[in-house]
Amino acid sequence: MTTDYPEKGIAITGIGQSKISRGAQKSALGLTIDAVMDAIEDAGLERKDIDGLACWPGAITDGSGFAPVGIPALQDALRLKVNWYANTRETSGQFGAMFNVIAALNAGLCRHAIVFRTMYQATARKRGLVNASFQPGQRTYSHMAWHAPYGAFVAVTQQALYFARYVHESGIRPEQVAQIALNGRRNASLNPAAIYRTPLTLDEYMESPMISSPLRIFDCDVPIDGSTAILLSRREEAKDMRNPVLHIDSIGCNMHYRNNWSQLDALATQAQPEVANMMWNRTDLCPKDVDIAELYDGFSFHSINWLENFGFCKQFEAGDFIEGGHRIALEGELPINTNGGALSAGRMHAYGQIHEACIQLWGRGEARQVKGDPRVVALSTAGGPLAGAFLLVKE
Amino acid sequence: MSSQPSEFPRTLPALDLDNEAFWTGGKNGELLINRCDDCGYYVHPPTGFCPSCESRDVRPQPVSGRGEIVTMTVNYRAWFPDIPVPYVVAMVAIEEQQDVRLITNIVDCDPLSVEIGDKVRVRFEQVEDLWIPLFFPDPEARP
Ligand SMILES: [Zn+2]
Repeated sequence: MTTDYPEKGIAITGIGQSKISRGAQKSALGLTIDAVMDAIEDAGLERKDIDGLACWPGAITDGSGFAPVGIPALQDALRLKVNWYANTRETSGQFGAMFNVIAALNAGLCRHAIVFRTMYQATARKRGLVNASFQPGQRTYSHMAWHAPYGAFVAVTQQALYFARYVHESGIRPEQVAQIALNGRRNASLNPAAIYRTPLTLDEYMESPMISSPLRIFDCDVPIDGSTAILLSRREEAKDMRNPVLHIDSIGCNMHYRNNWSQLDALATQAQPEVANMMWNRTDLCPKDVDIAELYDGFSFHSINWLENFGFCKQFEAGDFIEGGHRIALEGELPINTNGGALSAGRMHAYGQIHEACIQLWGRGEARQVKGDPRVVALSTAGGPLAGAFLLVKE
Repeated sequence: MSSQPSEFPRTLPALDLDNEAFWTGGKNGELLINRCDDCGYYVHPPTGFCPSCESRDVRPQPVSGRGEIVTMTVNYRAWFPDIPVPYVVAMVAIEEQQDVRLITNIVDCDPLSVEIGDKVRVRFEQVEDLWIPLFFPDPEARP
């Protein structure tokens, strides 16, 4: 009996997104306001209806653009009167903020809650701030202090360690890995809002520079300036609102492995298997019921890991599953990352996937719309010691 | 075990009561890993609690300095201007206990020659008041 899990009582009722760019013409707060007002209007609500507010991870004011806007700045700018609010950094990846909202709505603390994620890394990088917490000559208190002395300054070097172990254990070949980037670029070419829309060939991928082996530049997502907002409401209220009801059918949010970037229990699979198990244990749906998968692709291999850990293919067989790219294409048996993903549409940091899942389920995908009236989307976020997942279902 | 001035600009960890032994043991040529006095389990990162038997009698103990590369990457991008590339970042499991894994650099060899599964040994590089554990290919294990 899986019908009593409380996430089933929650629906996504509106979505919004700012212009996504490699250099914004307005501030990070301005982008956030665009996304949030867009989501409120999309749901047919007004500012006064918003009584819950959440974001991931909360403002980090180090100039890096990773999280320039938090709840106080947005609440004050929009003069919102909320009954519940929280940011959530130490949680099951970027989806942790969604899961908190689900809990708050179920607890009756609010009725209509906004979750937002804003990044301003394109502009920050033009100012030379790659990673504000790791400067040579400084002593770091960072949770990455075990990496810091060794030139593992950035995510690509840290995460390459996991992917290298996956390659070692699975035997996946570079031309198979390439399909994640090629698929993303193909889908992005049909998405007017994507950053990179010029088709990418296998030869271009294979000749592209290695950043930190085995990760090439096309395996890395693209930093952007932009904001995404998701509006959640109780399911019974959603039935009377503007958009067709999309309810959360199950979530995966656990932390059963060591949550430590240098001490992962299973390098090749990371934290994903138990999170995926939790998600499947809370639903009557199974992998074959999924019409679309919007898989985290901060690095290409995260999507490869999620294909296996969600059970869309067997462990260490994702290379065969994605070979040639047909199965994961828009016309394939399991379209993935339909807007181009973070690799080509831009690093909306998992909130791009949520936005795109709603676009597809509401039939707004235009040139990239998946045919056949998709009903079930599986979503995932993060890699390393963090993972989060949920199923979104159109009624 | 030698130490030598660094060519490689290193961001340094701030010391506290738990991690100080790890980052300074190299002064005496020792790689110090916290170990439980009661059951022998190595606890890393260092804390004063044994997750195996719940003992609080956990303290830094020298290990052999031998290990195996569990995973590694060759980093080609210079994230700061003075960093010589390419360089190897690896995760090394200590010989004494497979689940104690140290992020480190593999040095004194061609970065492109390093592979998962290679046996390595520790040496230390002094930077200010810290002795940074680095690993090099075990000469007895490689032809
Ligand atoms: Zn013990």
